[in-house]
Formats: sequence, structure tokens, C-alpha cells
Amino acid sequence: MTDKKITFELDGRTVEAAPDETIWQVAKREGTTIPHLCWNPAPGYRADGNCRACMVEIEGERVLAASCQRTAGEGMKVKTASERAKKSREMVFELLIADQPNKEDSHDPASKFWNWVSDMDIATTSRLPGADRPEGDVTHSAISVHLDACINCGLCVRACREVQSNDVIGMAYRGHGSKVIFDFDTEMGDSTCVACGECVQACPTGALMEANLLDDTGKRVAYEEETVDSLCPFCGVGCQTSVHVKDNKILYVDGRDGPANENRLCVKGRFGFDYIHHEDRLTKPLVRRDDAPKAWDMEIPRGDVDKVFREATWEEALERAAGGLRKTYDEDGGNALAGFGSAKGSNEEAYLFQKLIRQGFHTNNVDHCTRLCHASSVAALMEGLNSGAVTAPFTAAKDSDCMIVIGARPTQNHPVAATYLKNAAKRGAKLIIMDPRGHQDGMGRYASHMLQFKPGTDVAMLNAMLHVIIEEGLYDLQYVQAHTDGYAALKDKIKDFSPEKMEAVCNIPAETLREVARIYARSERSIIFWGMGVSQHTHGTDNARCLIALALITGQIGRAGTGLHPLRGQNNVQGASDAGLIPMVYPDYISVKDPAIKAKYEALWGTELSDQPGLTVVEIMQAIHNDDVKGLYVMGENPAMSDPDVQHARKALAKLDHLVVQDIFLTETAWHADVVLPSSAHAEKWGTFTNTNRQVQLARPVVSPPGEARQDWELIQALANRIGVKWDYKDVDEVFSEMASVMPSFDNITWERLLQEDSVTYPCDAPDKPGNEIIFATSFPTPSGRAKLVPAELLPPDELPDADFPMVLTTGRLLEHWHTGSMTRRASNLDALEPEAIVGLNPRDAERLNMEAGSDAIVETRRGKITLKVRVDRDIAEGMLFIPFCFAESPANFLTNPELDPMGKIPEFKYCAARIQKPSDTQSVIAAE
Amino acid sequence: MNDMSTPGGNGGSNGKGPKRPIHPGAGRRQALSHPKGRVLQAGEREAVEKLIGPGPYERALLIEYLHLIQDAEGCLPAGHLHGLSECLRIPMAEVFEVATFYAHFDVVPDGAERPARTTIRVCDSLSCMLAGAEDLITALETKAPSDVRVVRAPCIGSCHTAPAVHVGHRHVDHATAAKVLGLAETGAVETQIPEYQDFYGYASVGGYKTLKSCLSGAMSVDDVIGLLSDGGLRGLGGAGFPTGKKWGFVRAEKGPRLMAVNGDEGEPGTFKDRHYLETRPHQFLEGMLIAAWAVEAEEIFLYMRDEYPAVIKILKTEIQKIEAAGLTAHTKISIRRGAGAYICGEESAMIESIEGKRGLPRHRPPYVAQVGVFNRPTLVNNIETLYWIPQIIEKGADWFADQGKNGAKGLRSYSVSGRVKNPGVIPTAAGTTAEELIAQCGGMVDGHTFKGYLPGGASGGILPASMADIPLDFGTLEKHGCFVGSHAVVILSDQDDMKAAALNLMRFFEDESCGQCTPCRNGTEKAVKLMQKNKWDVDLLNDLAQVMRDASICGLGQAASNPLASVVKFFPDDLKN
Repeated sequence: MTDKKITFELDGRTVEAAPDETIWQVAKREGTTIPHLCWNPAPGYRADGNCRACMVEIEGERVLAASCQRTAGEGMKVKTASERAKKSREMVFELLIADQPNKEDSHDPASKFWNWVSDMDIATTSRLPGADRPEGDVTHSAISVHLDACINCGLCVRACREVQSNDVIGMAYRGHGSKVIFDFDTEMGDSTCVACGECVQACPTGALMEANLLDDTGKRVAYEEETVDSLCPFCGVGCQTSVHVKDNKILYVDGRDGPANENRLCVKGRFGFDYIHHEDRLTKPLVRRDDAPKAWDMEIPRGDVDKVFREATWEEALERAAGGLRKTYDEDGGNALAGFGSAKGSNEEAYLFQKLIRQGFHTNNVDHCTRLCHASSVAALMEGLNSGAVTAPFTAAKDSDCMIVIGARPTQNHPVAATYLKNAAKRGAKLIIMDPRGHQDGMGRYASHMLQFKPGTDVAMLNAMLHVIIEEGLYDLQYVQAHTDGYAALKDKIKDFSPEKMEAVCNIPAETLREVARIYARSERSIIFWGMGVSQHTHGTDNARCLIALALITGQIGRAGTGLHPLRGQNNVQGASDAGLIPMVYPDYISVKDPAIKAKYEALWGTELSDQPGLTVVEIMQAIHNDDVKGLYVMGENPAMSDPDVQHARKALAKLDHLVVQDIFLTETAWHADVVLPSSAHAEKWGTFTNTNRQVQLARPVVSPPGEARQDWELIQALANRIGVKWDYKDVDEVFSEMASVMPSFDNITWERLLQEDSVTYPCDAPDKPGNEIIFATSFPTPSGRAKLVPAELLPPDELPDADFPMVLTTGRLLEHWHTGSMTRRASNLDALEPEAIVGLNPRDAERLNMEAGSDAIVETRRGKITLKVRVDRDIAEGMLFIPFCFAESPANFLTNPELDPMGKIPEFKYCAARIQKPSDTQSVIAAE
Repeated sequence: MNDMSTPGGNGGSNGKGPKRPIHPGAGRRQALSHPKGRVLQAGEREAVEKLIGPGPYERALLIEYLHLIQDAEGCLPAGHLHGLSECLRIPMAEVFEVATFYAHFDVVPDGAERPARTTIRVCDSLSCMLAGAEDLITALETKAPSDVRVVRAPCIGSCHTAPAVHVGHRHVDHATAAKVLGLAETGAVETQIPEYQDFYGYASVGGYKTLKSCLSGAMSVDDVIGLLSDGGLRGLGGAGFPTGKKWGFVRAEKGPRLMAVNGDEGEPGTFKDRHYLETRPHQFLEGMLIAAWAVEAEEIFLYMRDEYPAVIKILKTEIQKIEAAGLTAHTKISIRRGAGAYICGEESAMIESIEGKRGLPRHRPPYVAQVGVFNRPTLVNNIETLYWIPQIIEKGADWFADQGKNGAKGLRSYSVSGRVKNPGVIPTAAGTTAEELIAQCGGMVDGHTFKGYLPGGASGGILPASMADIPLDFGTLEKHGCFVGSHAVVILSDQDDMKAAALNLMRFFEDESCGQCTPCRNGTEKAVKLMQKNKWDVDLLNDLAQVMRDASICGLGQAASNPLASVVKFFPDDLKN
């Protein structure tokens, strides 16, 4: 019935239309583009029909119709170019032009609006009197607001509210006084705006513009010379971008219609690009001066670099870098060396990096920051499903009836993914948020249930849900029997976890626990998203085991709208892990202990390989203290900021015989380096990146690297050759081909295909078929084809609050800053939006402690103390402190507990005991020390 | 700079004393002391909860909640709006845009002063202006004390007692500055309830008998629809759509169905609905309940304009009585209070308003009979339309139909105002002419010579005296660029400036345009500017009128240029100076 075509007459020709197709769409398909302003033919935008620029005449109707909004009707006779319609459209433009600044002085003479004026060949002036011009609003660092160019088309409102669901923009007042407003008609810079910039991308007139394109008078002065299709360098969402470039500099960035973002971006992706042009960029190789001894607590402020390092030629730097590694290898063996690769680099770089360590040093001491992010999730997933990746993309939310989001703050850390969850919740899907922190300023508004549980009690809460599902018979018996092992043990274990008992542990009413368990189990399609709130615990693997068990016993996996999705943090943490940047496994997660695979790689790489799993990130730091590891090669990682108890880490770095750091900035890690190799930023390189959805996507170079900075893959190869393994890769695509040849997960994904399609999801069954977004429909990749249920024990966090340290400290990210801040803090817009180190404090705690919002405070744990500015935030639970770990001047990881999850080897970043004091109250303490 | 007050000043030092800050950022700005945006202050949410009750809250009742706050506070302070957005879990912008759309809400931003305690709203629509409203406004503005503010308001349905004023919620007929200020000073600003036929009065003369025979099955729906169709009852809100046919359309849609009653009588010059509601409310209520029965409406949204506070009180009181009498078991009645927006008389804008949103008309198709309130099939009828239904059923289709003349069927209630001796609601034959109406109103006011008339309120255009012999009915005036609409007839004389009259009407549309579509939002504003000029640029105005007529989304914009076009067409002499 819905396929029935409608036949109607368009400008005298008989044409066909689908029932929901609008006249505008049919006309466009037939080759006629009708002018349009408030209609944005892009995913997620509904037609609103308000501007009346697309009017057409329909025979027999008294008035004209908006073609963008009107669907074709059987037998209808439509004239798109009748005199009456044309005249009407022109008058609409004349009405709008009357109130616009002159084209020459306009904010964006290249706007869609002015382009239509030119395409329609009408005057740029109006016979009609103009209205009063509102003043501009330049209070936001990234976005200029000039409502004198606004035509009230409401695209920004739809962009903000319906597409991104960020809910800041409205259309207020009435009639000719109607006005685009932010919150309560506050200035944009003072509003709740999260600067996703969707409105800027949607605005057809230049009323909302990238501020950096305008001069002081609000006139556009910067125009791109070329536009390159690439990817966002930041989080694991993997947004596709169109990058506009002039004079080898990025001018601005738009979202592109990629599978993970459909043109959407967030503040980092859209406005955080200029870090690559920052004055701190490393442009020449550096070697440590002989008179610059290492010290764990040294810092190198901007301007003091030459006191510690001197510039060197590439020859000297590479020889020194390789020489130091060679020396350690010769003296202490391969296990005295280690490498930290990067989840920010490409798949090819990750592949080469682990190959270098394994082939060159015959050790598996290679790891990266996945250890600090989702190692426990991956451990549990490997154990249960023998696959570490997501079973469904986050866009599966579109098909979901129930979404659990636990220990994740997507509106800050995966903002574009969050838009899909919010869209789904608006559509009516249940959104159950579980987080010790509130979500008032994020997705909270869309939550059907908000479970603000006691930190560290995840297992109690989740086991209680499992208890309800089993006790009340809500599990999927058939699925359990056909697809899982270990149900009996699970059932036995969760007997003791009744919601009534767990209520006191996790602080969630038993009835709520029962209710959400029922909703999750009974919904036709339920999906679970989780983040580091689940994984970064000493019981992180147990937490993930519970989530896996929830999905498995209810059969909420392997179908549209169902699944398990650990939201991956960095742009290529999935890809770097897949490529083998993990000490226990080769590419595609094959154990280094597997003799067959070891033999395969030995043959391929022509050398003997180690069958001993290597050390993990935190273990390597300990091994340095133990004098077991003496040389370290770090590419694009910053353990001096990201490791737990970072003093300990910095002491290790400073103790190394030889440290080679390859990066784009002189990071806190590089302070302790012997050699610093300036390399290329994301926007300067070719490469493939795998996002959280398992989408392998192609990034293209947008600009060339500054000064003498070189491509990372070239540097890895240069070091490899100096170490004595002979590599001869001519370009990145060769690396990709080799990698794809050893990784079955990349079957049917070729460089050429990516050049054409930009994105292919793995696994992929054929070269001409799209990849499989939802996996495990029929079986799991375990030997038995069945998944394993693993019951979880109830374990307390390692360090509980006490009289001395009465509060719980948790760490994480801010929307504007990514990872250790090395990039985002040097992005001018992001720095302007979040410029200082802050500690989040509940209003009641602030009052109790007599701490004023915006004042300084000292936060202290058993490992250290730092000074920060107090941000009073009701999302922080009473008794908790939240510190983002991106601020070098007050590193949160001075405070965190390095205790590890026994299986995932991930530290407990999300929980340690702390105290907060006013600086004045601690003076005496310090003096006494 | 390096002291302990600078965050980061002792970052790397483990708190042991100041060091040079390590700062990858520029360090030019300060971090926010709270999360982004306005900070909800302690007590703001609680203050709102105290006014609107403990919840659970419904998004669709946003306007009702705003009324509760406005009534209690005399305005809508930003803190209350923030508290309300928290209660409803909707964006601040969504609360703000609704609050600022309606004229009866006074949003007070943080730090701004609250409006004066008492508000005097002076009607500045055409009939009141003819009666001296402008002078009244000047006098009030000069003499009003500081705790009284004077604002202009569009038609408040007292054109026959012009100039009309609201002091607070008190309606004042034949207002003078002394009378109005006296009331303001003594605080006599509460609604006064007129004498009306209450439930017992109506029931004692056989009221609700017809409803009961419907509910009991003695009458079938088809019988009733047949009577309405044969009687020629048409939508008397202004569109004139045959009522029986409309009911049939709604019944043909898949349930559950709803009903909305359009009590937003805002067309300047119209006061007939108010007249019936303030005299015989139950005849209307019975008609409404019959309609709900006929289309099996699960709920009736009775949308009443806020300009009629007495009517709202009457309805609240009387609906309680009929509920208690068991007459509403087949449906549920919910009163929704408008908030000062003419556009909400447009049925789809009214539906938006019923849903608690800004009153933006929807695109048609789909029609509200298919997709109405909460996207359900919805019957929308006007007050007067429903008012006649019990009598038509009781007395027969012919009784009603035969009262018309000149080819028209039925009874109509003409609201006659302007330069006639005895203005008022004239219930008389459909198809009556303007000449006849003037005669029925006692002729022209002494000293005035009939020059022209508005046949259908502000939007129906203006016709010259020479065309006062046309029967006033749906369909008879369209060929002249006019229409009868809500049958609001305003009589103008030789002492009235047609250009000024047209400008007054255009200003009204400019004020009342919802702002959604370009031709109306900008067209009305440009038209006002052009019409303020001594010499009208007729070609340009014609172009403007054309795009407004052809390309506006709803009837407001499509009809807004009618008076302007009428003056150009019928009063060329008035354009000469």
C-alpha cells in the first residue's frame, strides 16, 4: 500500500511520486530546483514551509502551495514556473531583502540566500522600507550572531532542537517581533549553548556564522580555496567532515553525511581544529641538552624549551632515538624496551608501531591508552563473546525501544552519538540513565529513568536487575538455551542479590530496580551503552560482565535496535586495538601465545617473536621503577597526564635511560624525553580510522605539516630501519594492504574501496556489499558458537572514604576538552570556553564547606594535592568531587588511585578517597609539612 | 600571578608552594563558576511548585501553568520560568518562546523591574477608535499613577459599548479616564459576572432534553446530522463550512477522536459569542455535548479567550453543575484559557495553543478533522454554531432554514457596531443586508452619513455604502474581495478616514501576525509602513497584497490585505489627498 506510486502533472509532464514525496523533491528529481530557504534537504530536517520561497501553483487551489512541504496528490496539476508562482517567490525575496544588510556589506555575501538572489536573477535591493536592525551578538568565541540577516526561517531552531536535541535556541515573541533566542533571550555566550554549530551549518543567511570568518564589523573576510573530505580527529564517534582550507590553514569545518554523523558535529569537531596551527607545534627535531638533567617534577613552560632541548637535524635526532633503543636492546634485551602507541593515530600507524616493537625488539611490551579506557570492557567481551567490539552501532538507537546508558556521559564525550540517543528518546524509546553523577545539563531531560546510584556499586545494581529478570521469569529461555553457557551458575550467584537487599548498597529503591529490569527485559528491542564509568574500576570487568549477562539472558543482542555498545573514547581506539596495539594479542585479537599465529607472523616478518604477553601501560611504569624496562618509545600518547597516580608515572619517565617521544606538541611526557620527533597531526595525513561503530573510515590530508615535521608512519619506518629491520613502505596504502592481508576483520575492505566509499563497516561479506552493522544474529565467534555468562562478585572500590579523606573523587572529561588536553587546550575556541582547571562540587557541599563558586580550592588524596577553581554543579552528587583530567596545571591524575582491575588491568580512575579545602585552611598544613 | 589564588599556580609542586603555571591554554579567560547558562537559584523550582501544584506535570498544560504564575505574581519572572522548565523537563527556550508569544504574559528578565501592579488594557480596534479610544489612551497615560500601566489591546468584544477597557480583569463599557482610574485606584479590578441563565434556569425550561434523547438513543447520529444539514447550519466562526458535513468527515476518521471548541472570538467587531455565553451558556453547552456525542469525542477542549474572564468563570461554574448532573459521562470537558493572541482563533493555531505551544497555524492538508489535537481526528466548532444545535434538533431543520432570506438559510447573529444609534448583536435572517442592519440598529448616529462598512470584521474587507444592498452571507461578497466571516459589521460614516481605518486594521494584523511565514510577518509590517505615508504607492501595495494573499500559510495573512485592497478599489477619492 505504501509503495503505491502517485501520478501527477508537473509543469505539463506526467511524473510519478512516492506517497510521502514532496513536490519539491519530485521537481528536484526531475531536474527543477525550486528556490528554498527554510527547507534544508539534509538528513534530520523536516520541511517547515514557512519562508514561502518555494511556492508553486496547483490547479484548482485558491492559494499557492509550499512545494517543500506539500506532498504530491494523485492527478494534481502543478506549475512550478507560472507567472503567479514566480512573482510570489520574487516578492518573498524582496520582502526579505528589505530587512537585510546590503549584499556587499552582508555578513556572508556567499550565503545560500544571496546565492538564490543571484540564481533567480532578481535585484539585490528592495522597493520596500527596511525594518530596524538588531545589534550583533559576539559574546560567543566560536559563533557570531547577527540577527539583522535573520529571515526567521527557523532552521537554527530545528537544528538545535530537533536534529541535535541541544535545546538552546527558540523562536520567541510574535509577528514581526519574532526573534531567534538562546534560552531566555540571553546572549549566546551566556546561554547553555554547547556550540555544536549545527545552527551555523544550517543558517542560510549568515546570521549565524563561524566567528573567525568575520572581521570586527561582522563582514565575512575569509573564503576557502579548497575543501577536503576528511574525518574529525577527536572522539570515537568518527564524524565525517568537510574541511575548508585557505593558505594551508583550516578556515572552518562542516559536518559531512557520514554513517555516524549525518552532517552533525560537536564543538570539538567543528570549532576545535586550530590546534594544528598553534605556536607550540613542534617543527624541528629536538634532543635533550647535555646540561638539562631529568627530574620527575620538572615542567617546561612555553618559552623555556631551549633551556632543556636543542634543535637537531633529522639525521642526528633519528640516530640518537634509534641508537638509544638499540643500546638498551643490546645491553638488556628486548623486554627492557616498551612502546606506547596511540589511539589518536591511524590504523596503519598502529599496525606499524606494534610491528616495530614486536619485530624489532622481540617483545610484546606494546600498549596504548585503551588500557586506561575500555580494557576491562574488552576483557569481559572477549571472555563472553570472544569479540571486543560493539555488537551494534550507536545509530541502532533509531530502532530501539529501550536504551540503558550506564557510566557514560555522551553529551560531553560522544556528543554526536548522544544526539541519536536523544532523538530516539524523543521518538518514545525509554532512556534509562545510570550514573552517580546527574545529567541535568545533558540527556537528563530525556531520561525516562535516572538512577543516580552510589559510586562503585554497579555490580550490586546490575546483579539486582539480573535477579529480577530471572526471578520474575523475564529472561528469554529459548535464547539462553540456544546461545549461552553458564546460566545455572549465574542464576545461582544472583540469588543473593534481590533488589530489596541491594537497595541499601546502591541507594536505588528496590521498586525502581525492578521497574527498569522489567522495562529492559520486556521491551521488544533494548540496547546498552556504557562508558568509562563502568570500565575504570577495580571491578570494571565485573561491571561489564553484568551488562553482557543482561543482554544475553534477555536475548537483547544480534537484532536491530539491540546490543552492547561500549562507547569508545578516542577516534581510533577501536582501530588501534584491532591492529594489535595490545600486549597480549596480535592484530585481530589473536593471543601472542597462539603458536600457529606466532609462526604466521614470524614467517611474514622474517624474525623470531616472543610468545610472552607483554606489559600493560601501568605495569610498564612499575617495571621502569623496578629497573626492568629502561627504554621507551612513545608515539602520540601522554602518560605523564593520563596515567593514574601520575607522580609515580612521571618518576618512571624521568628514570628511563632512554625516552623517545614522537608528537605534535611538547607534551608533559615529552618533558622527560631524550629525543623528541615532531610529527604530523590528524589533518596532515592519510590514514584509516575505525570508530566506535566498527566503521573503517578514510581521512585525507587537509594541510601539510609545519616546518620539518614528518609523517608518523615515515618516522616509525625510519626508526625501524635504523634498528635493523628492513622496511620499505612507499606510502600509507601499502601499509593498509599488508594490515588488511593479516586481519580477517578487514576482509573485503580495500584502500580503493575506501577512496570511493569513505566508510565501510566491518565485518563485511563482499566487496560490493555494505558491512554488517549488527553482528551475532545467529551465533558468537566462540569455538562453540555460544556466549559465556560470567557471574560477577560484589567488590567494594579499592579506596573508600574515611575521616581524613571523606569524599569520593571521580575523574573524566569536559565537553570541550579531549583526553589530556594537549590538542584541545591549544584550540582557541575550546580554550576560550573551558580555560581553567575546575573541580565540580555539589551546591550543598559547597554551602556546608563554605566554598564559593568560582573560588580556589585544594583537592587532596593520599597521592597528592592540586589547586583548582570550584564549579558548583548540581550534577555532582553530594559527597563527590569531579575533576577533568585535561588540565596540565592541575593534573587530576596527581590524585587518582593506580590500583588495577585484576583482569582488564585498568586503573580505578572513577573512585578514590579525597578531601577538599580552601587554600587558606591548608596553609597551616603545608607549613607543618 | 604566581600566588596560590591562581589555579595551577602550584600544579606540579604537589601543593608545596607557588611555581610558574604550566598552561597549554592562552589563560586569557576565566572558567565558569557554574555549568553553562542561567543557574537555577535555590527556591525557584519550589516557588513554581507552590503555584502549579506537586505534579506530575503535563507539557500540554504549559500555558495553564504560565497563567497560574502570571495571576499570582502579576508577571512571569525569569526564575519562575526556569523553575517551570525544570518541572516540565523542557528547554528554557521552549518555555520562553511560548510565554513571549502571548500578549497577556509579562516576562520579566533577571534584574528587570516588574510591571506595574494594575494593568489597564484599552481596546484600540476600529469600533473603539471610532468612539474615541485614542483620546482615552492619551488621557489615561497622562493621568495614570506609577503603579498603573496603560497598554493598548486588540478587540475585547465590546464594540457595541465602545470605548471598552479592561482594568485588571474588570470589564468597563463606555469607558472614560475618570471611571477607569477610579476603579484602578480603589482596586475594583476583579471580574464581574453578569446575570445569565444558569443550569437550573435552563433545565427548568426543558434544557438538555435534546442531549438526553441523543444519549438515550432516541435520536441517532445520522438523524442529527441530517437535521443540521437540512437546516443549513454552517460554521459561524467565520468559515461557513456546513456543520453536518464536518461532523461526517470527523466521524469517518479512525478513533479515538477529540473535539475542540473555538471560543477565541477575536475578530475585531465580533461579540456575538460573548453575548450568548454571558446570557445563555447552557444552550451552547448542550450543543457542544451533542456534538461530542455525535463524533464520539473522548475529550472536549473548550478554548476560551482570556479577554472574556467572566465567561471563563461562568463556564467553570456551570460545567461543574452539568458534570454533577451526569450529563458529561460520554466525554470529558477541559477548559483551556487563551492568553491574548488573535491568531488562536484560527483553528489549527488554536490546536497548537491547546497543546501548550505557540499559536502557529498548521499547514493544510492534513485537515484538523484528520490530524488535530495531539494528532488525533478532531471536530472543531465555534460557540455560536453549537449554540443553535439544540434548537434546530428540537424545532426542526425547516424552522432554522426558513429564517434566512435572499437565498440564504438560517439565523445569523450580526455584531453591529460603529456609527449606528443602537449597536449590538442582531440575531436575524441570514442574508440580511447592511442597509437593513443599520435600520434595525436605529439608523446612523445623528450627524453621520453612511459611507461604507466592514461586512466581516477586520479581515472581511470594506465595502462602500453603494454596495449596502448585498445580502450578507457566505459566498456573496467574495467576488468583491470581501467576505462576511464572523458577521461583524462595522458601519463607517462620512466623518471617517478610510485610509486611517485600513491602517488601523493593518496595524492590528501586524500586531497579531504569528510571525511564522514571510508574506504575513514582513508583509503586514511593510504594509503598515507604506500605508502610513501620505501618498500610497498603489502598485507596490498591490504587489504586496498579492503575495500576502497567495503565499501566506493561513487566513490571517491571506485576508490581511483585504481592507487595503478595498480602499484602493472602492474609495479612490480617499486616496487622492
